[in-house]
Amino acid sequence: MAFNRRTLLAGAAAGAALPLVTPLRHARAQAANTIRIGVLNDQSGLYRDLSGPGSTQAVRLAIQESGITTRGVNVEVVEADHQNRPDVGSTVVRQWLDRDNFDVIVDVPTSSVALAVNTLVRERNKVFLCSGAATSDLSGPACSPNTIHWTYDTWMLARGTGGAMVAAGGRTWFFITADYAFGHALERDVSAFVRNAGGQVVGSVRTPFPGTTDFSSFLLQAQQSRAQVIGLANAGGDTINSIKQAAEFGITRRGTRLAGLLVFITDVHALGLPTSQGLVLTETFYWDLNDRTRAFTQRLGRMPNDVRPSMVQAGCYSAVLHYLKAVEAMGVAAAKASGAAAVERMKSIPTSDDCFGEGTIRPDGRKIHAAYLFQVKTPQESRGPWDYYKLLQTIPANEAFRPVTEGNCPLVRT
Amino acid sequence: MTELWYDLEPFLQQGTLGLVNGAFYALLSLGLAVIFGMLNVINFAHGAQFMLGAVVAWMLLTYAGIGYWGALLLSPLIVGLLGVVIERTMISRLYKLDHLYGLLLTFGLALIIEGLVRNQYGVSGLPYGVPDAFRMPPVDLGYMLMPAYRFWIVVVSITVCLGTWYAIEKTKLGSYLRAAVERPQLVQAFGVNVPLMMTATYGTGVALAAFAGVLAAPVYSVHPGMGANFIIIVFAVVVIGGMGSIMGSVVSGYALGMIEGFTRVYYPEASATVVFVIMAIVLLVRPAGLFGRA
Repeated sequence: MAFNRRTLLAGAAAGAALPLVTPLRHARAQAANTIRIGVLNDQSGLYRDLSGPGSTQAVRLAIQESGITTRGVNVEVVEADHQNRPDVGSTVVRQWLDRDNFDVIVDVPTSSVALAVNTLVRERNKVFLCSGAATSDLSGPACSPNTIHWTYDTWMLARGTGGAMVAAGGRTWFFITADYAFGHALERDVSAFVRNAGGQVVGSVRTPFPGTTDFSSFLLQAQQSRAQVIGLANAGGDTINSIKQAAEFGITRRGTRLAGLLVFITDVHALGLPTSQGLVLTETFYWDLNDRTRAFTQRLGRMPNDVRPSMVQAGCYSAVLHYLKAVEAMGVAAAKASGAAAVERMKSIPTSDDCFGEGTIRPDGRKIHAAYLFQVKTPQESRGPWDYYKLLQTIPANEAFRPVTEGNCPLVRT
Repeated sequence: MTELWYDLEPFLQQGTLGLVNGAFYALLSLGLAVIFGMLNVINFAHGAQFMLGAVVAWMLLTYAGIGYWGALLLSPLIVGLLGVVIERTMISRLYKLDHLYGLLLTFGLALIIEGLVRNQYGVSGLPYGVPDAFRMPPVDLGYMLMPAYRFWIVVVSITVCLGTWYAIEKTKLGSYLRAAVERPQLVQAFGVNVPLMMTATYGTGVALAAFAGVLAAPVYSVHPGMGANFIIIVFAVVVIGGMGSIMGSVVSGYALGMIEGFTRVYYPEASATVVFVIMAIVLLVRPAGLFGRA
């Protein structure tokens, strides 16, 4: 038999390595006056719709609107697929930073990959603008003078959705947790919230990531624990499958509540309103939130697969726009020479854009803005495509994120 | 006694759920075993064809208003025909070559099919609800509530598996097929159109994958990667059952679904790997697989 597991793995590895070949050979003549931005995210897997090519589109819009190119600075954008694997992501970033002289890495969903990139960028003194990843460790123990954690984090999700569930009487919790850095961080942060509010965590189960399709066994274990709330510490396709199967098994029929701790608008779209109606979720950006977000969505134009921008994609826009402001303020040469200096300059300027309004960046690298608690509309309430959320509560910027003193970030220790 | 019952409850629950997953493993590995057993082709595109079955079901509903029952018939037919085209134009040229060429070709096809669907529909998935006939409260089994649709999956899967086994092992057509595998020239000399049988077999195998895809659409998220999640496990199932053994793949499909279910109770982190551990052990002890002929 010529077929065995080794040939199978070799075939899979060959296929996996293909997207690593990025086209990149340019004249070095203009290199000194060129900012190189690498958008690293999931281009093929379960986080593609909420980041993927849409993030690159948002970055291009930011470059165009910054007007920096009309003032003689070149900005190049390249995108790559990390396939949600830290090894793949690290290889791409090493190549970008060591061989191709990139200045900025943007997006990077999947916390395990983001933590690896965080270290690499710091060692080489470049800039990491993290929008896609969730782990609050990026502004905690793993904080770096070269990293800004832009859009959201696990603490914010815990404060928003977790806090709302506890306030509504959900005292006992059971977690279904994706078994990697993000899931662990989210479970930890929500658990702390539940306990502080006098609640109790009665159990949790860790599901293999990626590769779990059937969540019904985990849902039944959760139901058997008699917890009032089942916390879904997962994201993207995992959350979609969990919610779909919870509806099928009638998990919420006996009064158990389902808390989707990280739900993106693309997930709601994939589930459809009949299944997702009533879900409570926290985001920092919603395309239909106000005139400014609607204007941004309009300017962004048609997105891949006709989706509306997610908060991750909006974060890529906002972060790059702000970075380019800092570059203009300090000069291209200085910004390229030291990533830490560029980040320092970014922290010294208040942020302002259509997606997140006015904001600031803290010394620990945490970008601060308001967060919003939304509820998914019923099919009757929705007036048209992508009209999915109603606003329950605005969490002001100074309450939305973990206080700087509680994060254990070595940069701010006195 | 009540305590024993309490201990037994999760065991029964996961066993029952494992049966449902096993139903998918069995259906998918059945198609793979048919194709490998009869054509000697390792059909790596099986997962993509499974996904295509679900996506075509969604397309039938969205663009033509054809519901679940129509899709259960039409989707395998459409995807099966696509399989026929693939077999005629590409795979049939590789029969005389090493297995590896067929593997590489079908692996490439899988990447292309998945890429096309991803470009068209994204990765988050397409909504597909449980058919109206099964929209009732879950059935109370005493130890758990089981959605009616999941019963249907198990019943259909067992029926189709037994039917396929019967067709290949016990009917005249099946005997021609098996003979054509052993001695193609001789069978052709008796006036049997062997290439046509090969084409029909591949089409049937692909249709089985698409059929499983339609069954899966209401319970799993319909997205381009849904087949890739399954296919590696299903290959392990086929290896454990014995490459090309119909009964072996069906029995090990159900058994591994249940073992995976039990693992989820006692050590959930390992539930994705337990199948491969078993595969390694089986390959050490019986390299031809449990039901394979060495």
